[in-house]
Amino acid sequence: MSWLIFALVFWIGAWALNAFLANSAWRTSLAVRVLIPVLFGVTLIVLWEGIVRGFGVSPVILPAPSTVAQTFVASTDILWEDFQQTVLKGALSGFVIGGLAAFAAAILIDRSAFLTRGLLPIGNFVAALPIVGIAPILVSWFGFDWHSKAAVVVVMVFFPILVNTVQGLRETDAMQRDLMRTYAASYFDTLLKLRLPAALPFVFNGLKIATTLALIGAIVAEYFGSPTRGMGFRISTGVGSLSIDLVWAEIAVSAMAGTAFYGLVAWFEKRVTFWHPSHRGH
Amino acid sequence: MRNLVPILTVLAAIVALWYAAVAPMNIRGALDVAERAGSDVVPAESRARFEQSIWRLMADNSEHIALGYSLDRPRLPTPVQVGAELWKTTGEMALRGRALSKRSLIYHGWITLQSTLWGFALGTVLGMAGAIAIVYSRVVNMSLMPWAIISQTVPIVALAPMIIVLSSQVGIEGRTVPKAIISAYLCYFPVLVGMVKGLRSPGAAQLDLLRTYSASGLQAFLKLRLPASMPYLFTSLKIGIAAALVGTIVGELPTGAISGLGARILIGDQFGTPLAIWAALFAAAILAGILVTLLDLMQRATLRRMGVQA
Repeated sequence: MSWLIFALVFWIGAWALNAFLANSAWRTSLAVRVLIPVLFGVTLIVLWEGIVRGFGVSPVILPAPSTVAQTFVASTDILWEDFQQTVLKGALSGFVIGGLAAFAAAILIDRSAFLTRGLLPIGNFVAALPIVGIAPILVSWFGFDWHSKAAVVVVMVFFPILVNTVQGLRETDAMQRDLMRTYAASYFDTLLKLRLPAALPFVFNGLKIATTLALIGAIVAEYFGSPTRGMGFRISTGVGSLSIDLVWAEIAVSAMAGTAFYGLVAWFEKRVTFWHPSHRGH
Repeated sequence: MRNLVPILTVLAAIVALWYAAVAPMNIRGALDVAERAGSDVVPAESRARFEQSIWRLMADNSEHIALGYSLDRPRLPTPVQVGAELWKTTGEMALRGRALSKRSLIYHGWITLQSTLWGFALGTVLGMAGAIAIVYSRVVNMSLMPWAIISQTVPIVALAPMIIVLSSQVGIEGRTVPKAIISAYLCYFPVLVGMVKGLRSPGAAQLDLLRTYSASGLQAFLKLRLPASMPYLFTSLKIGIAAALVGTIVGELPTGAISGLGARILIGDQFGTPLAIWAALFAAAILAGILVTLLDLMQRATLRRMGVQA
């Protein structure tokens, strides 16, 4: 019971502190802008811990965050092996291959206005489809190891990146292109110095969507058959054998991997497209 | 309509590529069938063929390539085979009055559609409520917004089996609720982001004008912010419903569900019937197309009545 009360008091206290900070004079400072969401996240974990302990929830149903943290520390070698298999081999290689293929395809398509008009609506439609369903087919084509996972990721990330890049390449207006023509710039000059930089915000938009899709694809594909390692494999077997704390540790790894992956792309975007209005003035 | 010819051209190119790919993909299966039928196959042994490249096999056995286009269990079925399977499990069953039989994709599509719509409704309500809270409260904005973004970088599929286990332990019967939760998780984010943008779209001058009318906060919300957000809302609803369908199918895939399009894909995989997988995939695509088109029509009708220039 005391745990429950502690969690509630912590919640109210953290909320009051956040409300105070958000309306205080320091609200524009970086420290406060980071502290407020962190406090919010910590409160959620404290509430979770308090509810699990206070109501005595069975660890088979929902383990407390502290139990998950212990399991996490105790099984770092398993988690690292799974991380390598799923994220580095499956998701990352698929992301790179799919991204490069989509980028190359976008530049080729862009040369023909006819193809662009035909492909944009189709690409937009395909990007909205539940492509994850293709996972069992690709697993049966490419085998159980990470190659099939990478293949699923390639298919999943291809269309969002393609559509965004094609759209981005159309972003320049006639005035800018005419200016390049008065400089007697060739097609490649215009592409490299004007149109690709102008397309970058769109490309990064596609890449950011693709980071999440890449992890989803790599994990789902493992549900359909994998060697005896990998995050999806561990999760599906962990649910079956009731080692729920290990499952939550895997979920934590996947959450951190997803956030880090997204953060990396977003950081890179900020460095490369510093000139764009959405990144100026901070 | 201007885009019709290019779209059809690209579609024709895709179908042509698909047909061209069927021959190399299915050559091994075709040769197995030919061998069993007693034809001459080079090399004659299945094991020896396994070590040959598919191009070599095609060059040596060109007379058997055509068999690859009519296999029962092809690695890659032809579009016609997929279409026939799709018709067999939808239209034909409906004509025989068994549209809701467990073997019909209409029944499974209906199961998937239900969870999708529940998840969509839940996600839309959550997203709109979150957006209103974010626009009106600075605390919520500063604490919730970063976590909303982080929540989307967490691969939901990792959580999906846990959500299903949890809801069954808590005593929720069936799979509709956990599947709806998963699709709401994927669906709320685009709605939230779109609504925040939309609710903030009225300029300071417009808000000031309402203040000179001494309009209350609620009136400003109902008469200015909400109508101004409609174009943004519909755009994100279209993304949201597609995401909700993905969420439902992800919820059906990993955990031994028995009904729904995702479960058809899973069962097709377990029983080695690729045609069933492809038919379910295309049914899901058609469902996504119908849902997005419906929302698009609603968007046009609503915005026209509101007098927004499209």
